[in-house]
Amino acid sequence: MANLHRFANPNRFLRLSRAILPWSASLTVLLFIVGLYFALFASPADYQQGETVRIMYVHVPSAWIAMLCYSVMAAASATALIWRHPLADITARAAAPIGAGFTLIVLATGSLWGKPMWGTWWVWDARLTSVLILFFLYLGHIALSRAFDDPTRGARAAAVLALVGFVNVPIIKFSVDWWNTLHQPASVSRLAAPAIDPAMLRPLLLMALAFTAYFVTLLLLRIRAELTSRKIRALQLAQASAE
Amino acid sequence: MKPKRRRLYFVLFGMATLGVAAALVLSAFQDNLVFFYSPSDLAERQVEPGRRLRLGGLVEAGSVQRDGSTVHFTVTDLAQTVQVSFTGILPDLFREGQGVVTEGTVQRDGSFLASDVLAKHDETYLPKEVADALKASGQWRDGAENQALEGSEGTAQ
Amino acid sequence: MDRIYEYLQMGGHAAFIWPALGLTATVLILMLVLSLHDLRTGEAVLRRLEATRTPRRARRSPPDSHPEPNYEA
Repeated sequence: MANLHRFANPNRFLRLSRAILPWSASLTVLLFIVGLYFALFASPADYQQGETVRIMYVHVPSAWIAMLCYSVMAAASATALIWRHPLADITARAAAPIGAGFTLIVLATGSLWGKPMWGTWWVWDARLTSVLILFFLYLGHIALSRAFDDPTRGARAAAVLALVGFVNVPIIKFSVDWWNTLHQPASVSRLAAPAIDPAMLRPLLLMALAFTAYFVTLLLLRIRAELTSRKIRALQLAQASAE
Repeated sequence: MKPKRRRLYFVLFGMATLGVAAALVLSAFQDNLVFFYSPSDLAERQVEPGRRLRLGGLVEAGSVQRDGSTVHFTVTDLAQTVQVSFTGILPDLFREGQGVVTEGTVQRDGSFLASDVLAKHDETYLPKEVADALKASGQWRDGAENQALEGSEGTAQ
Repeated sequence: MDRIYEYLQMGGHAAFIWPALGLTATVLILMLVLSLHDLRTGEAVLRRLEATRTPRRARRSPPDSHPEPNYEA
């Protein structure tokens, strides 16, 4: 536990993030260049879906990150509630807008993919509905954690919301297996071999890595921004009480 | 008990309770969460004519007949079949042997009058050349048919 | 030219593929820009606050024991 507390120390985190950020940022740029090259040029059209398969290369990684981000947020919220680590609330608060952004991308690109392939922008099937709920959970978390001037006051309620909403994550993942949906089942994470040809799996995984590196970079940046604004607040309060 | 430990158990217990509650609610609403019924579901359920519902399955190969702007085809889950007729524009991906979800009403003669047709594609992604080569060498396992079989097993539970 | 035009057509699905990619790029870039902006303005405010505070602090403690991290990123 002593080790965990060391990482929870904000100054230690700042030093660590300053060491990681240049690497994760350059990795993001590099992976996006390679990933986009494969996604847009060096990959074939699908035998059924034609060129629209290229939407998959941004839609599916966004969906993975949207769920990863929620898991990070839920883990941070549990840590905040149980161990009261100073960084945990900050992490959850920094993660929520990122998750909302990725979920927005999933919904919009899915809609733009569904129209030409399924023949509809939107249906209320279990997969699409549970992802929409994920989006509202993120918005709720953002609103709740920013509802008070003092950021520590909304944090407890937001952490409970994040944990309660976590039941939605397995529902999203398994909705396509548990119920009949218009959305197709998983292609990559299934017990059998992936149902994607290597020529299409390559751009998908490269883009997924690029999105992950981007997520790490952005999360570190946002945590730093959050730490800075807490420091400003503490200084202003100290000054106000000194005067 | 230390407060940290107490809070840990409290959160774990809360999450477990919540998970069980969610599982119970979802299984209770199983019928409403299903987006479409398969032909086998329809045969099992004795749906009264005129009720709106969605029917999904595969478009049986060789069953599509065009009659002016009206299309007739058979939807199958490889166990039961239903005759469907539809007037309107079909989605790009509507093909024989591929998945489809139709919305409409069951007629008195047991056929299905669709007012909407959506294409359902499977999770297989292949370049055209690879798909052609597999078909030519006889190694083609139709992803859509596998999926329909899995789907009908799933709903039979 | 024709090959570029054909590529941009995306097999007739250009109206769906390019907006999807464009929207993804817009959201990703916007999130990055807004977060960087937050960080930069926050750090600027913090530097100003610490500058006004330092004289008082210097009277109480030697300057090298300053616990605040260096904010030159």
